[in-house]
Amino acid sequence: MIEAHHLTKTFKDKKRGLIAAVRDVSFTCRPGQIYGLLGANGAGKTTTLRLLATLLKPTGGSATVAGHDVVAAPELVRTHVGFLAASTALYGRLTAREMITYFGQLNGMDAAAIKARLKVLSAELDMGEFLDRRCEKFSTGMKQKTSIARTLIHDPAVMIFDEPTLGLDVMTARAIVAFVRECRNRGKTVIYSTHIMSEVEKLCDVAGIIHDGRLVAEGTLSELRARYAEADMEEIFVKAVGGEAAIAAALKN
Amino acid sequence: MNWRNLTTVYLKELRDSLRDRRTLLSTIIIPTLVIPLMVFGVGKVMSKVMSQAQGDSSPIMIVGGEDSPGIVAALKAERDPAKNRPVFRVVPTGDYRTAIGDKKIRAAVEIPTGFEAALKTGDAPTVTIFYYEGEIKSGLGQRALEKFFTDLRQKTAEKRLTEHNLPVSLLKPFEVKRKNAAPPEKVGGNLVGGFVPYLIIILCFTGAMYPAMDLTAGEKERGTMETLLCSPVPRVDIVLGKFLMVLTGSVSAMVFMLLSMGTTAFVGGSIMTGSGTTLKVGAAAAKTTVDVMPTVDPMGLFGVLAMVLPVAVLFAAAAFTISLFAKSYKEAQSYLAPMMIVVIMPAVIGMLPGIDLNVKLAFVPILNLSLVCKEMLSGIWHWDLIAIIFGSSSLYAAIALMLAVKMFNREDVMFRA
Repeated sequence: MIEAHHLTKTFKDKKRGLIAAVRDVSFTCRPGQIYGLLGANGAGKTTTLRLLATLLKPTGGSATVAGHDVVAAPELVRTHVGFLAASTALYGRLTAREMITYFGQLNGMDAAAIKARLKVLSAELDMGEFLDRRCEKFSTGMKQKTSIARTLIHDPAVMIFDEPTLGLDVMTARAIVAFVRECRNRGKTVIYSTHIMSEVEKLCDVAGIIHDGRLVAEGTLSELRARYAEADMEEIFVKAVGGEAAIAAALKN
Repeated sequence: MNWRNLTTVYLKELRDSLRDRRTLLSTIIIPTLVIPLMVFGVGKVMSKVMSQAQGDSSPIMIVGGEDSPGIVAALKAERDPAKNRPVFRVVPTGDYRTAIGDKKIRAAVEIPTGFEAALKTGDAPTVTIFYYEGEIKSGLGQRALEKFFTDLRQKTAEKRLTEHNLPVSLLKPFEVKRKNAAPPEKVGGNLVGGFVPYLIIILCFTGAMYPAMDLTAGEKERGTMETLLCSPVPRVDIVLGKFLMVLTGSVSAMVFMLLSMGTTAFVGGSIMTGSGTTLKVGAAAAKTTVDVMPTVDPMGLFGVLAMVLPVAVLFAAAAFTISLFAKSYKEAQSYLAPMMIVVIMPAVIGMLPGIDLNVKLAFVPILNLSLVCKEMLSGIWHWDLIAIIFGSSSLYAAIALMLAVKMFNREDVMFRA
């Protein structure tokens, strides 16, 4: 379970002064559910997810992840979280096995548990062929599989995905989407950020639209369709953020 | 701090770094090769070039001397009996200044008018030697000319004394001898005490530099830092694990250099080939040392190792903190490259003669190490100053390490866009 209450994050910038990246954001994401965080570039998606993954500290509000407070117990939060983003890369000079084993060790697992879990993940993700090859030589698909195994090695209850399909080819992106769906089916709490509307329609049970750091709309897909009298997710998004002019203005800033 | 976490991070970084060519180059290969290259490479080449230059007849020009045919003929006939060749190759007179500047001749000698006649009458004419200051070959020509005229002066003086029935010993009323009174290890310490600490300091820093950049800015650039920060390991354990790897790089650079130096001394028998000075280290020295053969006190080497440790920690922590601030490998390089000057300056000052260790200088980082190493390698142990240096260096290292941990916890540093 993820619960965010009035979550706020501001940054100091030498040129622009105080910048509010996330403003008063509140939402709940339940186990067995995919919560889609939808927003344009710079809307505050990554910052929100980094706050939940305890990579950043909130300047206001609070959040609990798997029952632990992100400020008071960040290490405990990370024990229960698997974080996968386009920006979370692999160690090129390590093999996939070494990479996954390393993160198992960092998560406090013993050698036997890592070995057993790695065997399961390797079979599920069909990694046998490249498990002992160095990551620097991997194709995009191999890299994504290794990253997924890295996030799942400690079998976390909460999965956080920050635009995981960014820059991927169609087949790899489809595999990721299938994997996210599988996480939900296993009862994990899943939060998924994207600016690709079709992914929201395919995956998400609940969607939150974030714009200029604020959560401007939230609900199941059918609720959002009903509220904005639109069937297409893109049109819903544009209406929710205040029209195309608002998007253009936000992108300028 | 959790030792299990720290060890996990350290061992991963060690494995990763051992697969990184740049790190291997700066921490193992260069420190191992630098001394043998200096001795067998640069030393041999220099020695060969010098002996070749000394083996050739010096091309010179004679200015004037038309009325002193005897002197001109003697210059032309002057031979080096050891090498069985003429000392000078006299080239036709011309613009000697240009010829010296263009390195066409090594030197020129101006013989004043009436020189030979003046020698007979007892006057004191002046012979002027022209040469290229600071140019090695020109220096050889100048010294050969100077020797020729000094010998001529001596012979002339002896001849005059003989003509007046006076003993030649009048020219040398007494002899002056010089003999080394310092023990061999002090001579050796003085010889290597200058450049060994200098090399150690530089290699310690470069040894720390590349792992520091790779493990911080390099990881940020490659996107693996964010992956690592997602793990539940406390930040302080990550910093210390990474820092230990940087320290390993720094210490291994020093250890490999010292091992290589010892091996070179044993294998080569000499680390200063070409200068005529022999240096022996350790057991070999004990067996074969003669009065003038310089040696290095093995205890001094252990002392150097002990004193370098806190400085290596300081370098590792400083390089780590600075690199951490950078968001790319290239940016880290641009920050750390000028740091080399900050590191080299005190090391160079420490090499200068006349600068001796005192209480004030014992607090100056790097310079204090350079000076104390020089003393320890010469067998001088000022325990009070050694304690100050070890204490102050440890304190600076602790401050730098605390700063590294603080930086690692700063979001604006870790997620600089």
